[in-house]
Amino acid sequence: MPKRTDIKKILIIGSGPIVIGQACEFDYSGTQACKVLKQEGYRIILVNSNPATIMTDPEVADRTYIEPITAEMVEDIIARERPDALLPTLGGQTALNTTVELAEKGVLKKYKVETIGANIKAIKKGENRKQFKAAMKKIGLDLPKSDQAHNLQEAVAVAKKIGFPLIIRPSFTMGGAGGSIAYNMEEFKVLAKRGLESSRISEILVEESVIGWKEFELEVMRDLKDNVVVICTIENFDSMGIHTGDSITVAPIQTLTDREYQKMRDAAIACIREIGVETGGSNIQFAVHPETGRMVVIEMNPRVSRSSALSSKATGFPIAKIAAKLAVGYTLDEIPNDITRSTPACFEPAIDYCVVKIPRFTFEKFALADNTLGISMKSVGEAMSIGRTFKEALQKGLRSLEIKKFGLESLTFNPPDIKINNEILDKICQKLKQPNAERIFYIGDAFRADMDIEKIHELSKIDRWFLHNIKEIIDCERQLLKNKGGISQELLKKAKEHGFSDKQLAKLLSLDEAGVYSLRKSMGITVDFKLVDTCAAEFMAHTPYFYSTYDR
Amino acid sequence: MQAYLVLEDGTVFKGLSFGASGEATGEVVFNTSMAGYQEIITDPSYRGQIVAMTYPLIGNYGINKDDAESRKPFLEGFVVKEYSKIASNWRKDQELGEYLKENNILAIEGVDTRKLTLHVREKGAMKAVLSTQDSNEQSLINKAKNSMGLVGLDLVKDVTVAKKYIYQEAKGNKYKVVVLDCGVKYNSLRELARHKCDVVVLPAQATSKEILEENPDGVLLSNGPGDPAALDYVIKTVASLIGKVPIFGICLGHQMLGLALGGKTYKLKFGHHGANHPVKDLRTQKVSITSQNHGFCVDIDSLNKKDIALTHVNLNDGTPEGLRHKKLPLFSVQFHPEASPGPHDAGYLFAEFIELMHKPKKPKKYA
Repeated sequence: MPKRTDIKKILIIGSGPIVIGQACEFDYSGTQACKVLKQEGYRIILVNSNPATIMTDPEVADRTYIEPITAEMVEDIIARERPDALLPTLGGQTALNTTVELAEKGVLKKYKVETIGANIKAIKKGENRKQFKAAMKKIGLDLPKSDQAHNLQEAVAVAKKIGFPLIIRPSFTMGGAGGSIAYNMEEFKVLAKRGLESSRISEILVEESVIGWKEFELEVMRDLKDNVVVICTIENFDSMGIHTGDSITVAPIQTLTDREYQKMRDAAIACIREIGVETGGSNIQFAVHPETGRMVVIEMNPRVSRSSALSSKATGFPIAKIAAKLAVGYTLDEIPNDITRSTPACFEPAIDYCVVKIPRFTFEKFALADNTLGISMKSVGEAMSIGRTFKEALQKGLRSLEIKKFGLESLTFNPPDIKINNEILDKICQKLKQPNAERIFYIGDAFRADMDIEKIHELSKIDRWFLHNIKEIIDCERQLLKNKGGISQELLKKAKEHGFSDKQLAKLLSLDEAGVYSLRKSMGITVDFKLVDTCAAEFMAHTPYFYSTYDR
Repeated sequence: MQAYLVLEDGTVFKGLSFGASGEATGEVVFNTSMAGYQEIITDPSYRGQIVAMTYPLIGNYGINKDDAESRKPFLEGFVVKEYSKIASNWRKDQELGEYLKENNILAIEGVDTRKLTLHVREKGAMKAVLSTQDSNEQSLINKAKNSMGLVGLDLVKDVTVAKKYIYQEAKGNKYKVVVLDCGVKYNSLRELARHKCDVVVLPAQATSKEILEENPDGVLLSNGPGDPAALDYVIKTVASLIGKVPIFGICLGHQMLGLALGGKTYKLKFGHHGANHPVKDLRTQKVSITSQNHGFCVDIDSLNKKDIALTHVNLNDGTPEGLRHKKLPLFSVQFHPEASPGPHDAGYLFAEFIELMHKPKKPKKYA
């Protein structure tokens, strides 16, 4: 299908101020959309309240309004500019909410503005808990079990039916106030009673807890011909219970068999079709029980999301750009893959490296803030790194955070000096159990203190595969310390493949950074630059980008 | 233990063994699937080949008893960047390395698989040797050079079943399908069973008479290893089935059908091995993301266009990947609608096969 010629002028809503949970990733996606649609010959009207963005640079859109993103203001702009279409899916949640408000106020109808990308019905179906649950049930997908209760007796019956742990959510309270988690009946009775009292209509939702389950995300795209492709798969290092924005995440999925993954892929495709996102990207989250494999849908974002920006950079597939093209009528098979040029965008990227995203916190600037992590996002940024192994990518990511750590260094010890006492062990256990900004470093310290994988898994609920990889980093550190007098080429190479920086090595080997560099250079251990090419080297790449790695 | 992967052109990769010890030769191919190594290892189509995974971290979820695609691994060797020393998954029964050792399959880790892939992409598929017992590079190069390769070899005889067996027979099933086993993947059988077919599996050497004596409503020509042109006896069988019973060919089955219809096949430079290949169905214009594993291809121009329609095209390189007879009940595809590993997008072709068996309404007439 060629691009649409019945629309000429397109309004794009940006994401507004940079706040936790909605940062520059939406500037990136919005800018891509403006550029590509302008290139296609459409007239672009942009509204964004934040002038400190790329998208508000003069050449990006044809006309830019730096105004508050409110329904009233956007209505004025619509009245003045009379756009044919509104693209709401590339500016994050603010754009989506504003669009829904405009539709509900009848503004879009009044000025005959068509929403492209996702229609209002789809946005509501994806965003409204109740409608989303009904839609998922309709296509046979499993969800966390839940039921409503209006008094303690009903609540106890629901609790018995579902089983512990349970989340209690009072209805009609502001910002989830009164929500709590109960691990046994005794606790439950107290919390349910409190919840019922705090609800204006004495109603609580009792929901099965999926805290501690494995968490996955799929980044999916769909076009007007109903072709659907999965761009990127993501596995969370941190299990359910921590906001994805605060979780360390890894692409692609590491610990699912193909059979399990394909079931998830089928579910994601069914989900985007049922919700009715006609074109563009969606992000769908799943939780999987680590012992039974039961898979439940958690939520769906019917728009380009924070994960889309990550997925684009992780795979080389420009999601926002393609989403914009799909919104004006192109189909995936008509758009070439920018990197290979010879193959179409209608495919699923194959990657031959491991990508790790690590959140960046700034608790040091907020002395009184609680640095434990939970379901509301606290990170202010993130670092993404690429390596040939998870170990390499993890250590590269940690030093990219610019928190004066040059890899998985210790917070507790000064290796090889490892003094363990009960107080230290208690602290480590506590830090593993209660998710917090520094947990990744405490996992390293737990291995340094000779804790085993099972114990760390029991405390943190982090998958054993990830923990084993961290153990391999610490084991390598130990080997380095043990052999610091006479490092072999083999060991030094291994350390570089495990992602140790020269600076880290210098500390461990009592050398300086330049000394480590010349030592490894004399041993022929030098960096290699490999390509992000969307296709795992199957086709020639014309405009790839590179990452550094130490591969044999 | 040290291990060597040496290509016939003299390229040497050193690494560590994580499978059986010994020596094996084969054609080295790369597979771009990011998951599904168990299905790949147990796919009989890899007979004669050493498979390198482009995804670097392999073994993460181990091996389980349910995901095997045949009775044992038939490939010659397995090459990865990093083998995971831990397998973490609730369905895990065994570690990958242990499984490979038990089945006497050589495996090497620590190889720069991207470099290997680029090499194969540039130079084409090539013969190679994998060894844990010989470290003399020249000797290994000679072994690679002198190995058999794939062209002109009948590898089907190594992987087909010895004798007939019934995979599924159930009351209420509407159709009976004979599967000609040239190296069939279990998921083709599972798919037929799921579509309520009685499934009988016959060895590749079965004659057309033996097949028709089963009184089938349809015949599935399975996937399998190697060069289709080396399979005179199967092609002869297929030729004499044409027009007598509905036929569905998959991968090698597609190639053999092409040959039986009078066409030709040729070898691709490095083939298609992965789970992300876009294929367009020319009848509906819809794209499926498909699982692929083939080194040979049917030359569509060598077939009579009056009778044969091209139905599917690979969008990556434009190669023909599906054909259908305009008058007779037969069709075939080059990719894997049974997936496993890979997306289920092309599963609709099994429903088309059921449809094809449904149309004649008088299955007995073929007997």
